[in-house]
Amino acid sequence: METMNAEIFTLTYGSMVRQLLVDTEDVEEVNKQLDKMGYNIGVRLIDEFLAKSKINKCVDFRDSAEKLAKVGFKMFLNTTASVTSWNAEGTECSLILEDNPMTDFVELPEGCSRKLRYCNLLCGVIRGALRMVNLNVSCNFVQDVLWDDPVSELRLKLISTGAENYPFKDDD
Amino acid sequence: MPAIYTILIINKSGGLMFDRDFLPGISKTNGNDTLRLASIWHSVNAISTQLSPMPNCLGIELLQADTFDLHCFQALTGIKFLAMTEPQTPDVANLLRYTIYDLYADYALKNPFYEVDQRIKCELFDNHLNYTITGLHRRWGHPV
Repeated sequence: METMNAEIFTLTYGSMVRQLLVDTEDVEEVNKQLDKMGYNIGVRLIDEFLAKSKINKCVDFRDSAEKLAKVGFKMFLNTTASVTSWNAEGTECSLILEDNPMTDFVELPEGCSRKLRYCNLLCGVIRGALRMVNLNVSCNFVQDVLWDDPVSELRLKLISTGAENYPFKDDD
Repeated sequence: MPAIYTILIINKSGGLMFDRDFLPGISKTNGNDTLRLASIWHSVNAISTQLSPMPNCLGIELLQADTFDLHCFQALTGIKFLAMTEPQTPDVANLLRYTIYDLYADYALKNPFYEVDQRIKCELFDNHLNYTITGLHRRWGHPV
């Protein structure tokens, strides 16, 4: 796979978030926009992931989460996440980001801690990508190194699985 | 002589996204007919999964006729890649699964002006696909 310089990516992402903050002047709105952008990226990215990773169908949500954390993050961010804190039903888990290139060099401005979810784009990407393979999930940051937490933690929750049977319904 | 006649791409709702013939002189169906055939194939494929005695069937992968083979690869996102080929053309399943799916991910989906699930009108995709298929044809000894 083609690779690119991580710094230019980090800086581009940073200037985009900054511009959004300037344009909308509302942290909540920025979070929303980032999530939306991510979603639109995710619905396209999933096909590249499937085409290039050469993985096969996942057996269950646990399997999907593992592949997302180990293969997906590796492919697109050159890092991996660990999957922990499963609930008893196997529908909720946490992705712990060990090293996130998107947050290199970043210090949040005053008053943004616990409000601005700087990497909210990632949540959108995950939501969009899994939507395309019939997994409805919600995804949120609960801890962020930028908020002075020890790690970055994404909480992933399976809401429903779409019809397993083809043909897909129209709203799929 | 092995040959790839036609490539079709069908979206997850059965709409035709792309069709291209690669050899001159093959009988052509007109645009509307191709559109209809694509959506019929989509339905037949769906029926085939229900006929399967085993669960988790992904549908028809290969249809063999006396004059051609039809290979179908369905990605996990529901998009289908079809290739009409000369019978016994080798490695078509891999061509669809790896090469063409890759090209689609790179040159259609990453084009910001391409709308997902709509007709693929991307020059880069066209060129790379053309290059791939002509390369194969040259290797198989077709006049270029």
